[in-house]
Amino acid sequence: MASSGDAKGEGLVFHPMDQFIVEPLFGVGPVHWYTVTNVTLWMALSVLALILIMVVGTSKRALVPSRAQSIGELAYGFVHKMVEDVAGKDAVPYFPYVMTLFMFIVLSNFLGLIPMSFTTTSHIAVTAVMAMVVFLSVTIIGFAKNGVGFLSLFWISSAPLALRPALALIEIISYFVRPVSHSIRLAGNMMAGHAVIKVFAAFAGVALISPLSVVAITAMYALETLVSFIQAYVFAILTCVYLKDALHPHH
Amino acid sequence: MEGDIVQMGAYIGAGLACTGMGGAAVGVGHVVGNFIAGALRNPSAAAGQTATMFIGIAFAEALGIFSFLVALLLMFAV
Repeated sequence: MASSGDAKGEGLVFHPMDQFIVEPLFGVGPVHWYTVTNVTLWMALSVLALILIMVVGTSKRALVPSRAQSIGELAYGFVHKMVEDVAGKDAVPYFPYVMTLFMFIVLSNFLGLIPMSFTTTSHIAVTAVMAMVVFLSVTIIGFAKNGVGFLSLFWISSAPLALRPALALIEIISYFVRPVSHSIRLAGNMMAGHAVIKVFAAFAGVALISPLSVVAITAMYALETLVSFIQAYVFAILTCVYLKDALHPHH
Repeated sequence: MEGDIVQMGAYIGAGLACTGMGGAAVGVGHVVGNFIAGALRNPSAAAGQTATMFIGIAFAEALGIFSFLVALLLMFAV
């Protein structure tokens, strides 16, 4: 996305979308599917951070937890409660998947907040894969658990009979729009927030408004920290909502 | 003067598409405002409903994100 950041004819020092350019990590050249890019690097770093917190941090299983272990336990309890509350008790077998998604997204978002770093979740290519996997697995689980009964998700039996075909059409459309909104919500939020910070950063070069710009960057950064967490939470909670629909399709 | 009328139209359309985000802002504000109004009436029940609030925010926000997507498509893809 925004691979051609042409800044000509604009007053900005750099284009706010320049930070999202995917480029090879070593040397220059075209990006193939096997090229090691900055996306690869930052994804690997978030996986590394995930392993450090959840595997290495909790490996001692101390009765009095260390800092890393407390973070791991907090995250585990938080996501477990979310799966139980939103998707129901019988969705607990799918908890590891939701946990992995949540931790990967929240760590990618937080690593993306480091200045000069790269936000992997700001690319629709990354979030679309996660959303499509959620969509496909939820659909497969729905048909595997309920058989054809899964289609009653679209046939709202509590509505008047005359309205049901129209509602079924709306339900089917909204079902297939799910992966689109699921992926674009995360990517759009991350990209928009980072672009806004960069726009303010470009204004910092003008001496007259630079103090205002620094204050604005600080405020936006604080907001972005909050948004990073909330968007990971929303992604995970919507996965739980879709899981609940798959396990209990009857309205 | 450079560029052409198609590009001008695309940029104007991208700007117009951004007005849709205002609708998302109204929607999210409505959800959170009503949640807080309810939470202040019955604070003990509020903690159990924050997840519902976030789901509501996510659904209200989705349509604003679609308008943002249209703006991005007009800016970079068309």
